[in-house]
Amino acid sequence: MSTVTTPRAAPSSDADEAAVRKAISSISRPPRASAAQAALTFGWRGMLKVKHVPEQLLDVTITPVMFVVMFTYIFGGALAGSTGEYLEYVLPGILVMGVLFTTVYSGVALNTDLTKGVVDRFRSLPIWRPAPLVGSLIGDSVRYLIGGTVTILVGVILGYRPDAGVPGVVAALLLVVVFAFGLSWVFTTMGLLLRSPSAVMNAGFMGIFPLTFLSNVFVDPETLPAGLEAFVDVNPVSILATASRGLMEGNPDSGDILIVLGLAAALTLVFAPLTTRLYRKG
Amino acid sequence: MTTQTTLAIEATGLVKSFGETRAVDGVDLAVRSGSVYGVLGPNGAGKTTTIRMLATLIRPDAGTARVLGYDVVSDADAVRSLVSLTGQLASVDEDLTGRENLILIGRLLGLKRASAKARAGELLEAFGLSEAAGRLVKNYSGGMRRRLDLAASIVVTPELMFLDEPTTGLDPRSRNQVWGIIRALVAEGTTILLCTQYLEEADQLADRIAVIDRGAVIAEGTPGELKASVGSGALHVRLLDPDQRPEAERILDRELGTVVAEADPAALSVACADADRGAMAVAELTRSGIRVADFSLGQPSLDEVFLALTGHPAQDPAATDQPDLTEKEQAA
Repeated sequence: MSTVTTPRAAPSSDADEAAVRKAISSISRPPRASAAQAALTFGWRGMLKVKHVPEQLLDVTITPVMFVVMFTYIFGGALAGSTGEYLEYVLPGILVMGVLFTTVYSGVALNTDLTKGVVDRFRSLPIWRPAPLVGSLIGDSVRYLIGGTVTILVGVILGYRPDAGVPGVVAALLLVVVFAFGLSWVFTTMGLLLRSPSAVMNAGFMGIFPLTFLSNVFVDPETLPAGLEAFVDVNPVSILATASRGLMEGNPDSGDILIVLGLAAALTLVFAPLTTRLYRKG
Repeated sequence: MTTQTTLAIEATGLVKSFGETRAVDGVDLAVRSGSVYGVLGPNGAGKTTTIRMLATLIRPDAGTARVLGYDVVSDADAVRSLVSLTGQLASVDEDLTGRENLILIGRLLGLKRASAKARAGELLEAFGLSEAAGRLVKNYSGGMRRRLDLAASIVVTPELMFLDEPTTGLDPRSRNQVWGIIRALVAEGTTILLCTQYLEEADQLADRIAVIDRGAVIAEGTPGELKASVGSGALHVRLLDPDQRPEAERILDRELGTVVAEADPAALSVACADADRGAMAVAELTRSGIRVADFSLGQPSLDEVFLALTGHPAQDPAATDQPDLTEKEQAA
């Protein structure tokens, strides 16, 4: 092996010039890291940050609990006659909403990261160009999974019993996470274009709020005015919510699922290269 | 056949503007392999922008640069695989521990997991960071952070290392350690491009120095040549009472020659190569009832170098109006 372990000296808090010289000469350049190794290493970095600052998980654990409980008890009686019936309808929707809201934070986090000196080092490394971005979105996808799981668990505690059981729920969760991964690239692009984290946050929510509320997440669009109903029907968030409902209720619609996967792929294909270019450009 | 005169860096006519500001305005550099090349200048002179172009972080608007034989634009990836950068902001991740930082870089450079771990341990030991290895970097002192930063730059030993103000803000002890590390790198054959605001640092470490001002090289040579063009030493005096400065200026002017009033309203400096004459000048001040807080005889400051070379002080407002741009401003 090319590395050498120096003999254990008494621990000191000074640099030891002889040891530094030895360390400089004792390594030969390894073959370049594969794209996968580079991206996964950045994913590992994301996980380490969660380990050191667990408070970062508050938004994906507390917020879903609040959403499920609030929407079920406030709107349930009025909209569906009973909280139980409404929960059946709204839980897949809240799953979608909760996870999509979290995607905005991917852009905010990237924007914050850019102000730090370590980005210079990343950009000066001979690595697969999109690796830092792909890696952090892999890390973020774990957050989406956690948020989605918490949402579903709270639903189950409140009495939600999906007809398709665990496999259907897992499939719906994965579908939502895949779509969120695609959508995150839009926000990472914003994260590189806008000047401050709060600008990214504002712009992000300005987009995601209307998309979420003008969808079938909370109510069946049949009661809406015709023009609005037409919009709601083609809104990708509605299609994602319908596809998730189908999976969880045991009557999956392959058409909706394909549209969602296609959209996720399209968003990634357009915005991932754009984000990568902006990240490298400087 | 030209191995003896190989240039590690060859830059011609580099230009980079940010909006209206021409941060770098036609910089030429020729850095010999295996040498330490100092780029000396005040804040906003264009040092960082130059280094960032050479390290492939930003593209020049005009001009060309070859680093270790590769073009920084068309062969950027080849350049990246041979250089390391230690930026002005410590280029380490504050939210990770020291050990995690080094493993991260090792993995990104292609080391296997076990080798990355072993390498991190070896470097932490050599840089005196073993005890702090498990602590988050945000809790490190400035000196520790800088040492970790340098360790991260040699996880795989680079052919060429860019160092952007490696000792700015460090206490003297940490500064000496950083100098020691830089000397160790040079001894092992790494070429170094060192940006600094301190003449003393460039003098201590560099084989050649380029003085840069307002985006252009205004002088180039060995430290000896440069100092000779400025005068070999300077007497620095700080008064207890700033109101006495005009009178002190008159006395020093009579004793030694042209006096430079420094930014500190109580401080003065004057070119002075001879310690005896300096001592007599200070004695003359005391005799005239001027109270001296402290004085020293040393190398000319960057201010004096600038005054000698450009006729304006380094901290000219026009020069400091162009702070080094942050990442986001450049990306925008």
